[in-house]
Amino acid sequence: MFIREIKDILEADILACEELQDIQVTYGYGCDLMSDVLAFVRNDVILLTGLVHPQVIRTAEMLDIKAIAIIRGKKPSEELITMAKKRNIVLLTTRHSLFTASGLLYKNGLEGEEIAHDEATF
Amino acid sequence: MKLHFDVEGGEFITAGIASSKVKKTLKQLGISPNIIRKVSISMYEAEINMVIHANGGIIDVEITPENIDIQLVDDGPGIENLDLAMQVGYSTASKEAREMGFGAGMGLPNMKRHSDDMTITTEVGKGTKVHLAFKIHE
Repeated sequence: MFIREIKDILEADILACEELQDIQVTYGYGCDLMSDVLAFVRNDVILLTGLVHPQVIRTAEMLDIKAIAIIRGKKPSEELITMAKKRNIVLLTTRHSLFTASGLLYKNGLEGEEIAHDEATF
Repeated sequence: MKLHFDVEGGEFITAGIASSKVKKTLKQLGISPNIIRKVSISMYEAEINMVIHANGGIIDVEITPENIDIQLVDDGPGIENLDLAMQVGYSTASKEAREMGFGAGMGLPNMKRHSDDMTITTEVGKGTKVHLAFKIHE
């Protein structure tokens, strides 16, 4: 799904890397736990999260996540926006909750990231 | 090639800078994306652990044509029960770390899963040494 479609579906504003709206992501992953993101995300996802801490951008950077949608209408700091720009990560913000935002994207065809392993077998 | 980093303790804003620099270096060296991803995830988890639990430390990275070796050394409190720490879901992280989305007890198992070899030596009251090794060719 193109980022510009995601922007429309979530009625979102783009805060960083607006010029990258034509890139595509295949999967979505909604989570406020960066530990879980690091453990479970494999594919090219958009990350939906309510966290607005710099470690969200760093986590995305480590996993080559191309886009982050900040949910619940939270406002990221200028520092966070600058960090996203430097790393070519599209940063969106939507007033929807995690449940609603995920549901809207899923309903419109974005797939959920498959959990690739059983954490008990680490 | 050898890289050295000093990691500040409790500095949650800057945690991850060393991992970010190593990732950029590996990209410049043309290492395969899959290996870069494994190194990045493991090193970032280890660096975050160092900040959260050990009040910082030092990281030394050595890149040869065959291997990537990462040594993280701290003089923090040490890990009381390593077997317990290796269990998924077990964590002694602070409230502050949890508010940032860490401390879910996934870090050490995730590092083990993504590295080709992981060795931890730790002594309570003295510190922890983590060695992560990766083969460049899969």
